[in-house]
Amino acid sequence: MSTPRALSVLGLAVLLAACGNEGGSDTQARGPDPKLPEPQRGLLPSMKIAEPAPWGDRTPRVPQGYTITAIATDLRIPRQMLVLPNGDILVAEGRGGNAPKLKPKDVIAGYIKAQGNTQVKGGNRLTLLRDADGDGKYELKTVFAENLNAPYGLAFANGRIYVANQDALVSFPYQDGQTQASSAPDKLVDLPAAINHHWTKALTVSPDGRYLYVGIGSNSNVGERGMDVEVDRAVIWQIDAQSGAHKTYATGVRNPTALAMQPGSGQLWAVANERDEIGPDLVPDYLTSIREGGFYGWPYSYWGQNVDTRAQPQDPAKVAAAIKPDYSLGSHVAALGLSFSTAAVGGQFSDGVFIGEHGSWNRDKPVGYRVVFVPFQQGRPMGEPIDFATGFYGDDGKTRGRPVGVAVDQRGGVIIADDLANTVWRVTRTP
Amino acid sequence: MTVAAHHYHPVRPGPLHALLLAGSVSLFIGGLLSDIAYYQTLQIQWANFAAWLIAGALLLSGLALLFALGNLFGARFRGRRPAAYFLLLLLAWVLGLVNAFEHAKDAWAVMPSGLILSVVVTVLSLVAAWIGLSNLRSEVVR
Repeated sequence: MSTPRALSVLGLAVLLAACGNEGGSDTQARGPDPKLPEPQRGLLPSMKIAEPAPWGDRTPRVPQGYTITAIATDLRIPRQMLVLPNGDILVAEGRGGNAPKLKPKDVIAGYIKAQGNTQVKGGNRLTLLRDADGDGKYELKTVFAENLNAPYGLAFANGRIYVANQDALVSFPYQDGQTQASSAPDKLVDLPAAINHHWTKALTVSPDGRYLYVGIGSNSNVGERGMDVEVDRAVIWQIDAQSGAHKTYATGVRNPTALAMQPGSGQLWAVANERDEIGPDLVPDYLTSIREGGFYGWPYSYWGQNVDTRAQPQDPAKVAAAIKPDYSLGSHVAALGLSFSTAAVGGQFSDGVFIGEHGSWNRDKPVGYRVVFVPFQQGRPMGEPIDFATGFYGDDGKTRGRPVGVAVDQRGGVIIADDLANTVWRVTRTP
Repeated sequence: MTVAAHHYHPVRPGPLHALLLAGSVSLFIGGLLSDIAYYQTLQIQWANFAAWLIAGALLLSGLALLFALGNLFGARFRGRRPAAYFLLLLLAWVLGLVNAFEHAKDAWAVMPSGLILSVVVTVLSLVAAWIGLSNLRSEVVR
């Protein structure tokens, strides 16, 4: 009988399946010049979503000399935040995207990824938090505006609050101290919204308030929905705040999830999430200054001229022109928040950027799930990132929170949105 | 003169078994043709078609495999052919599953391994179904 042969066939299948287990290094290549391994992919993509658990009595860990407190809970998927001139905090809440499932894989992967997310329905609103007496407790929590469409990026300029919905850039007139929008928002311009595989629309504004910058993510991992749906995707738009006219400011940025203006220089910076499924230590998510007219590689190549053969037909001219990003944050960390620090934060955290890392799914050893600080010198990122808030992914293998947006307020508090615990955290110096 | 008397008990597949088997072969062939189209045109939709066709083929051939297993044990004496049919179909199914995982890769990462596997799996399933539908019987020696 051929039973042994049949068993060996089954054994082969199990063996092949086991090849999907790519481990990945414990310490990833981070910084300005990361060493990149060769691409690799087992039969099955690594998928590891840590099991969600409530915080209970725990809180995230912060450096010595700092204290962390939850200043708002029971939100409905908080993402990005905006600190208004009077110290009030606006929180954008929602969940977007309507990408159809194209392959059997999308059905299965979608189910697995959903296990690591909150079950709460997105708020599609802006919530305002206020600490009127300055005691660090935000006693007022009220809805500033609702019925928005997956709001994400926020900016304040020209006496208006700008909100990047997943399909349009809108704005509300704002007067100091206002706790509720006085009217429905005015639409400045429609944003690319078909499919919205990467739906988040990051937003920032030039120091003079003349231009708004919107990050528009790609409609696929690496072009697997075809390049027809990638028109006006993986780009950063520059939009005239008066007329709403736009031009493409930079291209090839796979998923620019947060934008920020560097104080002083007025230089635009971005964090971007890079492509998945070519190994645990590829491709690094990055922090970079954005050059006008620059092309950053997607989908043809990554980190400069490393060709991604999955994107066919290739474009050698584009590959040659691809700009190497400034600073690697590590692969799969899912950087979603970016905010420049101020001297008021103090200590070694005065000059640099805070970055919220939502955490990995395409890696056996989870990475991210923390807020890091990247120190700057002479206006450029320098040295290793420093952990600022950790413990979102616990030593017990449970996930209690997932950081998204970060913001720095006038008093030197660092504010962190957590879209798993539906909480906003604030880190301050211990008095 | 003595004649070795062979008495055949045909264990032909029932209609449902036959439908599942034949259906899976068509779907594997469809998957292969879609792979060829993607390989030649780089039009991504063909890769999506191939992935679904192969998934459907696995569903049908997986159910046919259960019938084949039943026949294997149901035959009064286990002859060579039901075993050959079952094992070929099993091999086609296992390699088909590997092929489905290959087709879960993004864009051109499917190629060329997905195309090669599609050829192998289609041929295997065709041969398995041929044997299964024509000669499936157990030999009983009196």
